[in-house]
Amino acid sequence: MAYVAVKGGEKAISNAHKWLAEERRGDPAVTELEVAQLREQLSLAVDRVMGEGSCYDRDLAALAVKQARGDLPEAVFLVRAYRTTLPRFGASEPLDTVNMAVRRRVSAAFKDIPGGQVLGPTFDYTHRLLDFALAADGVLPPQAVLAEEPQAYPMPTIGSVFAHEDLLESDERTEDAPEPFDLTREPMSFPAGRDQRLQALARGDEGFLLSLAYSSQRGWGNTHPLCGEIRMGTVAVEFVPEELGFAIEVGDIIVTECQMLGGSKSSAETPPQYMRGYGLVFGHSERKAMSMAIVDRALRDNAAASGQVAPVQDEEFVLYHSDNVEASGFVQHLKLPHYVDFQADLQSIRRLRREFFQRQALKEAAE
Amino acid sequence: MSVQTGSNNAPERYYNYAYLDEQTKRMIRRAILKALAIPGYQVPFGSREMPVPYGWGTGGIQLTAAIVGPDDVYKCIDQGADDTTNAVSIRQFFAKVADVETTEDTSEATIIQSRHRVPEKPLKAGQVMVLQVPQPEPLRFLEPRETETRAMHAYEEYGLQYVALYERVARVGRINAGAGHPVMVEERYLMSPSPIPAFDNPKLGFSEAIYLLGAGREKRIYAVPPYTRVRSLDFEDHPFAVQTWDENCALCGADDAYLDEVVLDDQGAKMYVCSDSHHCAERREAGHVGPMAGHQLAQAEKEPAQ
Repeated sequence: MAYVAVKGGEKAISNAHKWLAEERRGDPAVTELEVAQLREQLSLAVDRVMGEGSCYDRDLAALAVKQARGDLPEAVFLVRAYRTTLPRFGASEPLDTVNMAVRRRVSAAFKDIPGGQVLGPTFDYTHRLLDFALAADGVLPPQAVLAEEPQAYPMPTIGSVFAHEDLLESDERTEDAPEPFDLTREPMSFPAGRDQRLQALARGDEGFLLSLAYSSQRGWGNTHPLCGEIRMGTVAVEFVPEELGFAIEVGDIIVTECQMLGGSKSSAETPPQYMRGYGLVFGHSERKAMSMAIVDRALRDNAAASGQVAPVQDEEFVLYHSDNVEASGFVQHLKLPHYVDFQADLQSIRRLRREFFQRQALKEAAE
Repeated sequence: MSVQTGSNNAPERYYNYAYLDEQTKRMIRRAILKALAIPGYQVPFGSREMPVPYGWGTGGIQLTAAIVGPDDVYKCIDQGADDTTNAVSIRQFFAKVADVETTEDTSEATIIQSRHRVPEKPLKAGQVMVLQVPQPEPLRFLEPRETETRAMHAYEEYGLQYVALYERVARVGRINAGAGHPVMVEERYLMSPSPIPAFDNPKLGFSEAIYLLGAGREKRIYAVPPYTRVRSLDFEDHPFAVQTWDENCALCGADDAYLDEVVLDDQGAKMYVCSDSHHCAERREAGHVGPMAGHQLAQAEKEPAQ
């Protein structure tokens, strides 16, 4: 009976959870996945969960992927709900991505740039043909040939290429910069500072940002983006403990960084100059880093003030709707019973229908 | 209805008492105090990710977590009923992480968390009613931008809301308050009462109890302190009206309670029963009988929710 079905006691919940656990495990005759296997062999899923979960921990993210049966937004949610309970002991020093041990680095702006083009481990230029050999067990892939000399370290940035002509806006650090906005401790506020925006985008859903960036390319708030550079590799995280007063390295993380050059700005007072869009994500995700950089650049136009706004240029629209934990929860809360408010609505529509037919009857009687 | 004691999970407690860390609770309590000081004003707060999804009561859960103590008695309902799945899940959560006594008895509870309903029994001084709120902004469907709606509240600029009400009167001939009908608090702030039916709106005004409203995803807390004027929006010539039914509760015969419509088959047969499951059970125990008393639905509700 429908009414009883929506009312469920403890027993129903506990049985549902058991069934879910069975489904997660799948056929017991097939070997169970180890978290380490996920961490090593589904590393890009792990990267996405770390990024949108805003918690850099490969093992935890792999565990979340396993527990969520490969549902990545669900895994992101698991990681978020865990990381929010962790104590916070401060903000790290800004990452110095010039001093990145680069695995991959390409620029679309110039044929060659200082430091060179480094293709690295990329899907680009692979033919997307299913590799049936992978379905067979135990075949080790052939080893890639090591370069004869290490990559440039530090690796100059696209900014340094433009620096002597001042063609690109500077990204110099300000010494007295305030503590960065922390979206996990404060509610969204508008107008959003760039720190708040970049944090929201870094945590934002990859698919949502991808579509927004794509819409911009198709003319809905075009920023004429050019991929100045994209790099992926290992950087050190530095932290200044109060007790010491100087920076110490607390670990290495892999990040993907994208510098998108987009649309020049000029005014009566300032010479024309390229503006930047910036993307930075945990792990290896060029799709996300590039999308983020395009959306960041689009939001810098302050288009809302001019009244001509495409979705990608509207910061309330973008920042309020980019979080997939919020979005997924709210869309799916529609599964919860709504029969109290639906009853109110039903009363109203029945009454309106009654009145409609009364009017019809009167009209017919008059004719 | 008997009081049930939450299972003590002390040996396996991996989280702080009532789940949230003390800093977070302090931050939420500050927001609550501000909300009580400015009735109806939406206070932004640093809402946390909770172990249940956004939209499933994270605002209410954070409010409860910030105010609950070991001496409290906690009741949790959804759609008025103690045994709806999400209410059971949230009640279990607090029984586990806060070792709190739980109850279905409205008068016994010190904290009542609810989604979409206010219990039928009038609340008393000393009780806190915690309402889960999906969308705290009453003007949101008239103006999607938060920057705009905040300014509208600041300037008490509610003309748009009255125009919308007028348009409804023009179209359907009446105010037609359904669920989540906006209220004016102390003639200053326009407030969403959360999606409770208009039937429950009058309970918010001049109540002995404290009403706390929490929206986790939207990161807002607001409140109605005891003995506060709360006016459901209407016009003199088109007054606010609550839902009424031609039928009485099929189980307990109540003629003054909010009723759920229960579909019995696909031939149009249906029955109406109290949405407030404890109210209905209490009336039945007191000997009140409805036209379908003894229906299996009454049995189904006897399954202990805890």
